[in-house]
Parts: sequence; C-alpha cells; structure tokens
Amino acid sequence: MAKVLVVTSGKGGVGKTTTTAALGAALAQRGQNVVVVDFDVGLRNLDLVMGAERRVVFDLINVVQGVAKLPQALIRDKRLENLWLLPASQTRDKDALTDEGVGRVIDELRSRFDWILCDSPAGIERGATLAMRFADEAVIVTNPEVSSVRDSDRIIGMLDSKTVRAERGERVEKHILITRYDPARAARGEMLNIDDILEILATPLLGIIPESQDVLKASNVGSPVTLNNAESAPARAYIDASRRLMGEEVAMVVPAERKGFMDRLLGRRAA
Amino acid sequence: MDVRADPTRQLVRLRGRSYVAFVFSPVVPIVEWLAEIDATLARSPGYFVGKPIVLDLAAVDLSSAAIAHLVNSLNERSIRVLGIEGVEEARLATNMPPLLTGGRACVITRNEPAPKPEPEAKPKPTSLLLECPVRSGQSIVFMEGDVTVLGSVGSGAEIVAGGSIHIYGTLRGRAMAGVNGNGNARIYCQKIEAELLAIDGYYQTAEEIDVSLRNRPAQAWLQGDTMKITPLN
Repeated sequence: MAKVLVVTSGKGGVGKTTTTAALGAALAQRGQNVVVVDFDVGLRNLDLVMGAERRVVFDLINVVQGVAKLPQALIRDKRLENLWLLPASQTRDKDALTDEGVGRVIDELRSRFDWILCDSPAGIERGATLAMRFADEAVIVTNPEVSSVRDSDRIIGMLDSKTVRAERGERVEKHILITRYDPARAARGEMLNIDDILEILATPLLGIIPESQDVLKASNVGSPVTLNNAESAPARAYIDASRRLMGEEVAMVVPAERKGFMDRLLGRRAA
Repeated sequence: MDVRADPTRQLVRLRGRSYVAFVFSPVVPIVEWLAEIDATLARSPGYFVGKPIVLDLAAVDLSSAAIAHLVNSLNERSIRVLGIEGVEEARLATNMPPLLTGGRACVITRNEPAPKPEPEAKPKPTSLLLECPVRSGQSIVFMEGDVTVLGSVGSGAEIVAGGSIHIYGTLRGRAMAGVNGNGNARIYCQKIEAELLAIDGYYQTAEEIDVSLRNRPAQAWLQGDTMKITPLN
C-alpha cells in the first residue's frame, strides 16, 4: 500500500529538503518505489538537492492544472532508477494549487509508487497545509532549539486537525526527526537535550541526524547525502531512520562527540 | 391534503387524516424554476429530504410526459413528490404520485423547533476533558466550567475556562481560569513553566512567577486581589 509521508517543520532552514532527499534516496536504495514531491512553490530547492535542476520541464502546478500529464513531469533520478522527483514551479505561487487538484495528483501517485514524500514549505500557510493535507505519515524535522521545537508543536497540532485523516477521525502517524544535532554543543549544554524535546512534543523519535559538513557537501554536488557518502555520520543516521519508517527495529544512537587526533592531544594537555 | 375512504370491511379500517405538506408551484419556464430549487438546495442541502412535497400544477399546462419528467427531475434532487394537484386526473399515469384535492392553505410550522428541546433536556456538560496534549497555537475555550488536560499544554497554547483548569502534564502556555468572574476558580498543573496564569482577570506573567516554583506541581488561586501560587506537595 502506498504511503504518503509529509516532511514538515513549521520553521525554515531546519533541514526539510535535505531530509526529504536523504530519506527518499535511502528508501529507494532499499528497493522501494519512491517519488519526492516539492511543495515549495515559488522557492523550489528539492530539484537542486536531487541534482535534477537542469532536467525540469513540467512541474507540480502544470500537472494540477492539467497542462501536463503526470509522467511528463516526473523526473527519474540518474543514480537510482526507482527514485523520482516531481518538481515545484519556481515562477508561480502557492495560490495556483487547489485542494482537489493536489488530491488528484496524490491519488495518481499512490497508484504508481510505494512512498510519496512531500517536501513541505516552511510556515503554516497554504503551501504547508496542502503538503500535509493528504498525508498518512509525517516526519517533523526539529532542530534542538526552543523556537524550532515550539514551531514543531504547532505543526503537530495542525497535523491533528487540518489533514484529511484527522477530518475522518483517523490519525496521521507522526515521527520526530532531530536534525543538526551538535554533540559538542550538546555536551556544553548549549542545546536542548533530546529528552526535553521529546517530552515537549510527546511524539516518538525517528532519528537523530548529527550536524555535519557532509550535508552541505552533498547538496552542493546535487546529491542526497545518503547517496553521496553513505558512510558519513548523517547518511548512516538517515539510513537508520528510513529503516525505522519501513517498520524495522533499529537501535537509536545518540551522536557522540568524535575526538580527532588534535582534540585528543589538546584534551590530554588540558587535563 | 385529505384522504378519504369508507370503511368496507372490519379488518382493514381506513381512516381519513389531514397532514401538512410543502406545496411546490412550478412556473414556466420549468428549467429556471428548477434552477431556483437548486439554488435553495445549494444553500441548505437536504432541506427537502424526507419532507412531504405536493406539486401544484395549476399555474402551468404540462403534458403527461412533461409531468413525469418534472417528477423525475425532483426525484434526482432527492425531493419525493407525495401527490399532485391542480391538474386533470387523466394526465397522471398510474406510476405517478396520486391526484390530491381539497387542500387548505395553512401556516407551516417548521420542523426545526421539534429537535431543539432534546439538547436542552440534557444538562450541559460542566467540564471538558482533553486526552491529548494541547499544542502550540491551539486555543481551548470552555466557558461552562472546568477544563482537564491529560497531557502538556505547549508554549504558545492557551486554555480559557469558566471554571478551574487541571493539567496532568507540564503547563508551558497560558492558562486563564474563572474568566466569567469566578474568583474561586483555580489552576492546577503537574509542572509549572507557564507563560501566563490568570484567574478572574488577575494575572501573572512568566517573569513574575517565582523561580523556586518552576518544574514542580503547583496550584494558583486568588486571595482577595492577589494571585497566590504554591507548590502542591
């Protein structure tokens, strides 16, 4: 059965697009048929992170408005043949999307794919509510800081009231994904700790992605971090998260500070 | 509407009884008249569902086929025609609603007042129980009495109650109790990290709440004009 999963957060810059690409690629590597859908109309990014920006012809709005057929707008990933992108329009705005139109497109995607990952725009306006509207599951991307956690709390409230599932009296399965977790800063007490975040949000944890240069490097070369360097710490954390999404039991690892040679040397001197 | 028949046998006794029905009086052009009906239905769908409807065709001159078509058109809109009046009986086929005569105009007493007494009969609930966390941005307003939350109240969420507020979790948002002027209302929570507490209009913001009270079970109540916040254990 196809699953529609929205990647959302409320706050901007927390890593929704990175997460959509990374989870999408990780699920595809596990043999699933995956499409990642960019809902950030007017400020699209997912095509860049997926490295498909030069192959965009038609977009989500064209399909919603019936200008293009779905197969014309879908872009197949160059690295994984079962990973697809449905890009957003950069020139239009979110008002061009309608409830019924998006519902139609999602229904059509459901018949073709195992996973439909919707990359939500930041905010709580139309674009964000449409991205979550038809979701069966939600990944709420949260940074370990107060403002991000409060925005996530707001988004969870909306997932529980504004989605089709909520209106039918059903539940959207929700997962918290903590991103940009910096073990060094956590050790110094400069970030909210994980238990506090989970206590505030009262929602199960899907994974903890450490802050890493690998994420930036991957998006600079237009590749999901899970494909660019599967051995990197963020990639492994995303792969674990994707396995949990598929129902596997994977032990949760809280990223610890890895001390380099210099750190150890300096550490010893300070002691 | 009248239905009369003489009792012929003891076993099947037929009695006459009159009822009130809505009377539709179509005018030409019928298409526009139907559009008018559609507009009414768009405003209140299901308004005519289950209501007895009589067609008064006195103002129009319709053939048998036209009458059948009209009855079908109404059927498609979930309007069931109970009888037809103002037309010669010969124009009505046997599968059409029967001809009615002797109708008297009357004031339609709306059906709406009938279901109304029911909810009134039940006493209004005086407490509201929420079994899930109250999220940031959500506002729970319950003027009729107490609010109980089994979970936390997030930062940026608010609870407004006519009575007391009970929170079995952490209160991080705002809680306003006794807003109808009930000075006896109290606020209880398992962990206090509130942004604002108010009872009957008297309030304290996060800054004014003593640090020593934070992160533990507490209650807030009014003593005269001052709000007291004390630990619960």
